Order: sequence, then structure tokens, then C-alpha cells
Amino acid sequence: MNKTQLQTPEVSPAEIEEQRLYRTLGLSDHEYQLIKDEVLGRLPNYTEIGLFSGMWSEHCSYKNSKPVLKKFYSQGPKVVQGPGEGAGIIDIGDRQGVVFKAESHNHPSAVEPFQGATTGVGGILRDIFSMGARPIASLDSLRFGTPKTPANRYLISQVVAGIAAYGNCIGVPTVGGDIAFDDAYQQNPLVNVMAVGLMDLDQIQVGAAAGVGNSIIYVGAKTGRDGINGASFASAQFDSEHESQRSAVQVGDPFTEKLVMEACLDVSQNHAAALVGIQDMGAAGLVSSSAEMGSKAGGNGMVLDLDLVPQREAEMTPFEMMLSESQERMLLCVKKGSEAEILDVFAHYGVEAVVIGHVTDDDRYRLVHHGEVVADVPVDALASQAPVYQRESAVPERIKNAASQQFVPEISDATAVLKEMLSQLTIASKESIYETYDSQVQTNTLVRPGSDAAVVRIRHYDKALALTTDVNGRYLHLDPKIGGQIAVAEAARNIVATGAKPLGITDCLNFGNPEKPEQFYELDQAVMGMSEACQKIGAPVISGNVSLNNEYDGVPIYPTPMVGMVGLIQGLEHITTQDFKQAGDLVYIVGQTKDDFNGSEIQKMQTGAVSGQLFDFDLDYELQIQNLVAQAIKEGLVQSAHDVSEGGLITALAEATFGNQLGIKLTSDLTVRQFFAETQSRFVLSVRPAAQAAFEKLCGKNAVKLGQVTAEDRLEVTAKDGQFDLAVSKARAIWKGALHAVSSK
Amino acid sequence: MKFAVLAFPGSNCEKDSFYALKDVLEEDVTLVSYQAESLAGFDAVVVPGGFSYGDYLRSGALARFAPIIPALKGFAGAGKPVLGICNGFQILTEAGLLPGSLQKNTAGKFICRQQKLVVINAQTPFSSRYQAGQVITLPIAHGDGNYYADEETLQELEANGQIIFTYQDNPNGSVKNIAGITNQAGNVLGMMPHPERGVEEILGSADGIQLFQSLIDFFTADEVIVHE
Amino acid sequence: MTVVKIFVNYKDSILNPEAETIKKALGRLGYQNIAELKVGKSFELTLADGLTQEQIKSEVNEICDQMLVNYNMEKYRYEISETEVI
Repeated sequence: MNKTQLQTPEVSPAEIEEQRLYRTLGLSDHEYQLIKDEVLGRLPNYTEIGLFSGMWSEHCSYKNSKPVLKKFYSQGPKVVQGPGEGAGIIDIGDRQGVVFKAESHNHPSAVEPFQGATTGVGGILRDIFSMGARPIASLDSLRFGTPKTPANRYLISQVVAGIAAYGNCIGVPTVGGDIAFDDAYQQNPLVNVMAVGLMDLDQIQVGAAAGVGNSIIYVGAKTGRDGINGASFASAQFDSEHESQRSAVQVGDPFTEKLVMEACLDVSQNHAAALVGIQDMGAAGLVSSSAEMGSKAGGNGMVLDLDLVPQREAEMTPFEMMLSESQERMLLCVKKGSEAEILDVFAHYGVEAVVIGHVTDDDRYRLVHHGEVVADVPVDALASQAPVYQRESAVPERIKNAASQQFVPEISDATAVLKEMLSQLTIASKESIYETYDSQVQTNTLVRPGSDAAVVRIRHYDKALALTTDVNGRYLHLDPKIGGQIAVAEAARNIVATGAKPLGITDCLNFGNPEKPEQFYELDQAVMGMSEACQKIGAPVISGNVSLNNEYDGVPIYPTPMVGMVGLIQGLEHITTQDFKQAGDLVYIVGQTKDDFNGSEIQKMQTGAVSGQLFDFDLDYELQIQNLVAQAIKEGLVQSAHDVSEGGLITALAEATFGNQLGIKLTSDLTVRQFFAETQSRFVLSVRPAAQAAFEKLCGKNAVKLGQVTAEDRLEVTAKDGQFDLAVSKARAIWKGALHAVSSK
Repeated sequence: MKFAVLAFPGSNCEKDSFYALKDVLEEDVTLVSYQAESLAGFDAVVVPGGFSYGDYLRSGALARFAPIIPALKGFAGAGKPVLGICNGFQILTEAGLLPGSLQKNTAGKFICRQQKLVVINAQTPFSSRYQAGQVITLPIAHGDGNYYADEETLQELEANGQIIFTYQDNPNGSVKNIAGITNQAGNVLGMMPHPERGVEEILGSADGIQLFQSLIDFFTADEVIVHE
Repeated sequence: MTVVKIFVNYKDSILNPEAETIKKALGRLGYQNIAELKVGKSFELTLADGLTQEQIKSEVNEICDQMLVNYNMEKYRYEISETEVI
């Protein structure tokens, strides 16, 4: 057959060129020329253009972010698998590895919030078990507009319900995450899911298809027309006009995924000799999983017979089959002759599995449909030779012109401002959300949602993992680089506060349009800042995901690089929580407090916006304080530890009283205003009186005693120029009820 | 004592029950597939929580057609203890081994939290280690835990002492605050709270141990009688 | 009184995992003649008297549009019937 005449039913290759139809699929003129002249040397047909549009989308190729991602610190002696596979792996001793990754599902969730969230959870779990690891926890980092309108409240409730529906059903505990509300996310919510798995290090699976003649096996749900070309969709911008012409929605099926998961884990653990590679069919579905598998194996070609692909709908075209994003599907490469062994495993679990093709001895990626070759392209051109763009960067005007002086909060009645602060949705308890998630299934969750970080034990070992997600987009809006540093530093503070040592991070880089220099600047600077902090803390970036074009009618979200961090606790006796434990314990603040208010919750609360130059941040000092707190916990001197973050010191103190309903009586040289400052590198600790001397000797001037925990229902804090005085029960009621009151309207 | 823990497609608490019995109570326990057709040799059966068959149609509705169910019915009919937890409770009601049914929580949402329960009847194979009126804490995690039965059935449940646990602060709208009931013979218990999640203080509660311990006591006492 | 029955179903191109699972379960019980099984939602509205057919249709369409139906994945149809008031 003459290659130049590969025909498909839809449109002719000439029409694609003349009418520039590739543009509707997200390919630029430049990219089309590249495919035509450099890659194929002929006109690509519609199927082929589809393959390239999926594979060369930002979601699959990272074409806009690759030069930036290279800047990440991703080394480290414990890193077993860095970025590039389904998920990263870190060695946690005893021949075990912790596997984790985060992924965004922002645009699908904006279109259909329930299913957008379910498929977000399902997709990231597949990334984990495709590595041969059993998922042991997931976390969600969510950003919404303030729930002022019914539409927004609906969106929020549906995203939360979707996460619950999928995670609860498949039996992976949702142990934590973070939620914040800001109008910057009104039209473009962020739904980022992080999943964590545990594996024996001798069972690592990679997504590669090597060995001529080996079989490609399709596993899981049938392919339908859902989410056709979702990868290019995920990378597209939203505006009000496009809202009505959305592509089809994918529906998550946690029951099928549970069966697929158990079957895949059985294959990785008990049939490893027959298995060459395994990969999730995620973004850009079948083409992406198969082309990446072939490319990773060193440019191995393959031929797939599309008539063998299990199809849910009649008369699907090759284009549709290759780009469908139907969920709960996996692709395996299996040694020739071992097919029956593997197919039997899937049959036992009631999961459909079919041989659909094999690895060839050349470098071509060929698709056959009804006996005709419908696509024939070099496999590397799809998977690893997408163009890479070095985008231009320009400092945004708002940063250039930012006022250098810090905001000065208006406070006449300290207690009244504290009450207002506790009712801010970013501060308020998220219990009404997280109690809809099963946080306990698998019975390893030792610290449940609501603390600085969740703690999940490793059964049968005296060790546990601390897990958290964090980022404050307001800080990055004022200064993407320092904000990026703080995102990593604060996640580490959460980890350290539980008694853990940071191991590494995953991330979701949620940014605007990289083709706009001011928005590219945010991405570039944020990554540099994050990378510096990762290196300083010794927590490499081992996996992650990029979500660009988060803008609506040209207005981007706050730059929001979600950081998901994992830490290791050696010895369960070191697990520490944020709640004060006992009356009589001494309360300390560790770390200096300054007049740092730009970007703070109190600035937002009092002015309705954040503005000015972000306050200073010193990574060396941060590390010094973290090490000190880690040491104090290790020496058994600490009863409770809580990171000081949004809302400042008074908020952290109040939160520490809520868990066990204890009071505090404290006195400080700080001003009332400074109690709301968001200076970084601070912790609130409580210490038994018997440990006072040892603790003060260890910390020296870095720890200042504020007073003690009381049995009274009273939060009494005397500042230099005023006093906070409030019943703990009252404070707790405000904090606990605020979100529920708004969301249940 | 030999425990069987059943595993249906979509069950997700079978290993939690397995580890609770094996590691904490140090009993002999085996995971038994839904495809099995016999429960011979076991002294008690746990029907665990999760989302059997995705909870599609109704919670527990599809699991009752699994191959193991006739054996389970025979086992229960022989008077041997069967404990259905959460989805297990739902399966037992759908299979006709327990009266009533479990509806959506009144708030319409899944709820996962530590829940205080009142022990109503402490004279069953499942509750003898508790005192009547004792308040215990066990985790709940369900979306369809709102127990419903008609008035006549409720009167029977009360008259026969079949209500074993009630909620202190009803989380799901359950009629008469019912958290767990037995069949008339008293050898089949269905409960929404998770005793297998409450067997270690480090997990937040150890009150579930006494439930399993009650079963072990019952079995041991029973054996003594048999051997006499 | 006017009673409107609204039936909401997934569009044909959207996967319905619940329907697939129930169909499989029926198959295992021996019901092999089912070519397709659909699971949807139904709503029954009883409307106030005195509305014209046009008003009813317009209101029902609006209700579906505003709340009952997600056009990205669902479709709907409805039946209007009159009931005797006793």
C-alpha cells in the first residue's frame, strides 16, 4: 500500500492541510509542518494527525514546561525512580519503597465536577499500581472560588462527592489534603489528587514494551467515545463562549478499577517473569500508553490491530479508539508465549484482557483497522520528539510596581478579630468535607485528616509515613519564587511537626498560559524557588504533573504549584499531633515573628485582596528551625507540635486547643497585630514541665515560652498592647461551623 | 477458633478483618472467596465491609447471588455465628438472613467518624464481654447506614432483644437509632460500625476487641459443653 | 392536575458502570436475552392547574436545564398526563 494514500473515513489528508483542520485539534501551523516535512515526508491522514495532537499536547509532551522542569532537584541517595515513569519511588528501608504522584483534573472537574473528580482519583491510583505498588492513601488539594453562588456550592459539593464515591468504593483511604477558597479560582477550580503506594523494591514495574514478538495486551473497561482527545482539552483554555461545546465526559467506575487493580497487582507480584511492562491508559488513552511503552523500550515499533480493541460503541473510528479516554484501562507488554498465563489471571478477576498487537523489529508505530494500515509513523516521533518551546518570560506589572511596605492590620478589639479570623473559610475546620471520605479503611491511619499531616503506618514494621499537601497561591501571586520556596518549606514543616523526616515531593504545577510571558514568568520562578527549597531540605521532586492554561476569559488563576510531600517516621512513639495534650504543659513558640502581612489571611480579610511585596523568607533559617523541632521530638521532649501558617500565631494556638478541649493562659512581648503575622519558619510546641530544662537547653533563644495549657474553657492570651480572651468552646464552635454554614445553604 | 472472612468482588475491608483477627486476637483466620461453595470446618464467618459489586443497584443486592451465599445460609441456619459488618450487614439483609434494610444516610452523604454506641443487649454471643448500657466507641464509615424496618418488625426486634447496639448520637437517621441487630436465633449479627477498625488504641479505639472476644468465649464455652 | 414524568438517562456515548454491572449479574443468573440494560433516574412533578401545554413544556425544559440534567453526559424525555382530582 502506498503510504501517501493512507485514507480514513473522516477527511482527506489534503483537506486537513488546506482547511488547517489540525488547528481544531490543538496543533499549530509550525507543528503540522514539522509532522509533514520532517517526520513523515508526506501528508498525514486524519488518524495520524489525531495521534500527534494527543501526544504533542502539553499534557503528554510537556512541550512548554520541559525546559522549566529540568531545573527541578530530583536527585538523592534514596531515589529509586525519579520523574518520567507512572510515579516516583523512594527507598524507605527494609527493601520497601514508597511510590507517589499527584495529578490535576482541573478542566474535567470544571465541566462535570462529580465525574471529573472520580476520574481524577481513578487515574492517579492507576499510576501507582502500574508501578507494582498497592495504593495505601490518597490526598486531595482543592481550590475553589468562595461558595457565594449556588452554582459554586454545587461545584464544590459535587467534587467532594466524586472524590468520596471513588476513594471510598475502591478502598483506598483519603487521609488528608488541603482546601482553600479564593475568587482567583472562581471559574477555574483546581482538583489535584495525590496517591501514595507501598511496594517491595524487587517488584518494580516500568512502562516499557521491549522484545520483538512480545504481545501487547489491552486490559480493563471497553473503549467508548468518552473524553475523545481529553489531553488536548485539558491543555486548552476556557472562556465563556466555549462553555457550551464541550467534549464528552468520562465516567469513573471504581468497582471495575478495584478488580483491575487487584488483577494487576497479582500479575506484578506473582507473574513477574511473564511481564515486560505495564502502563495506565491515561491522557490520550491508547496512543499515549502504547507509544510511550514502545519509545521507552528504546524506540521499539509495534503494530496494533484495532479490530481487537474491546469497544463499547458501534463503528468507532481509529481516531476515536486511539484518543478515547475511557477509564479503568491498562496496557501490558507480555513475553511471547506467556500470554495465556496472564490472560488467565485477568479472567480469574473477571476483567477483560485481549492481545491487540505485538512489538516489531523496526521503529514504526502501525495501526491496522479492517485489514488496512491506517497509521504508520515513527514511534519516537510521537512519544519523545515533540517540539520543545522555550517561552519568553517577563516580570508581571503587579510585581514590578508592588509596594514595598507591609500591610498594617486594623485592630481595635483583638478578640473580635480572632473570631472573624476563625470563621474565614481558609482557616475554618474542613471536617464537614473530610468526614465524607473513608480515612480509615486498610486500618493503618494513625493520624487522620485535620492535623498538619496525616500519618499512615507500615503494617508489621515500626515505621510510618507522614503525608501532606500544601501551597498558598496568594504568596506566589505576590512573589512566585519565594512563594514556591514557602510551598515546599511549609509542607516540610507539616511533615516535621508529626515527627517525620521529609523524603521527597510530588507536585501539580497549576499555572496560566505559558505563551504569555508574564504567566510563563510565574511558572519559571516558582519552579526555581521550589527546587531551591527541595534541595535545601533534601526532599527531591520524584514525580509530578503540569496543568497550564488555567485561565478564564484571559485572567489566570493564582500560580498554584501544589506540593505533595511524604516523610518517614522511624519508631511509632515519635508520632506527634498538633493538639495540646494536658493541662500544665508549657507552650512555646519556636522561630522569630516579624511584621509580615502582605499576602496574609488578615490582609485578605480586611482589604478583600492581597497586595504588595511578599515578606522575606530565609531557607537557611527555616531548615535550622525544622531541624531543631525534629530533634526535640526525637528526644521525646515534645507533647504537641503545630506549624504556624495562615492566620498566624493566634490561629495556630487556637487550633491546638480544639482537639482535646483544653485552654491556654499565655503572655507575650508580641503585639496583637504580630499575632496575625504570617512570618514563616515557626512552630507552636507544648512541653511537659519535667522536660522544660532539657527543651530550653536544646532550643536556646529560638524557643520562647508563652505560658501554659490549662483545664479551663478559656483562651487567654495577653499581648504587649492588648488581650485575646475567649471561651475555647466558643472559638471552636465558630471555627467548626463556618464552612458547614456556608456550604449547606 | 476458626474464622472465615468472605471476600466479594468490591469488598475492601476483608483484610482489615483478617489482620484484626490474626494479629490482634491471634486467632486462626482464612480469607474465603465468593466463588467458594462450602464453609465446612469454620466456626464463625465474617462478612466484611466494602462495596461489593460497586454497591450498584442497591448496597449488597448483587452479592446475594454469589456462589458462597447458599453455604452462608446453611452455616447460619445451623446456628453458627455470622458477623456482617457495614456492607456485610447490607448483604445479610438483602440475602434475607436479617430483617429490614439499609437506606441512604439522611444527610445524603457518606460519613466516616468515631461514633459512640450504646450496648443494648449484652447477652449474645457477640456482646457478652460488654455490659448492658455500656457506651463504647467504634468507627463508622458508610453512605447507606440508615436502618429501616416496618413497625411490626421493630416491635419483634425489641421484644426478642435483637437490637444489640444503638447510636448515642444518630449519624444516619436509622430508625430507633439502630446500629446493629441479630436474627431471631441470635447467631447472625449485622452492624454498620466497624469493630475490626477498633481493635488498637493507636487507631483511635480498642472497644471492638470485646466483640470478637465475646465470640471466642462463646465458642470456647460451647466446645466445653460439646466435649462433656 | 397535570403530572409530568421526567426520565433522565446517560447519553449513549457515556459509560454507565451501574448498568453494565447489573447486566452482567443478570447474565450470571441465567438471563442471557438482555441485549441492553439502562439505568436512569425518573422524576414525577405534579403541577398547579391552569397552565397551558406551552407553559408546562417551557417550565419542564427549564427545570431540566437548570438542575435535573447535566447536558455533558445526560439526556432526558418527559411525558405529560392529566389526572382526575378527587
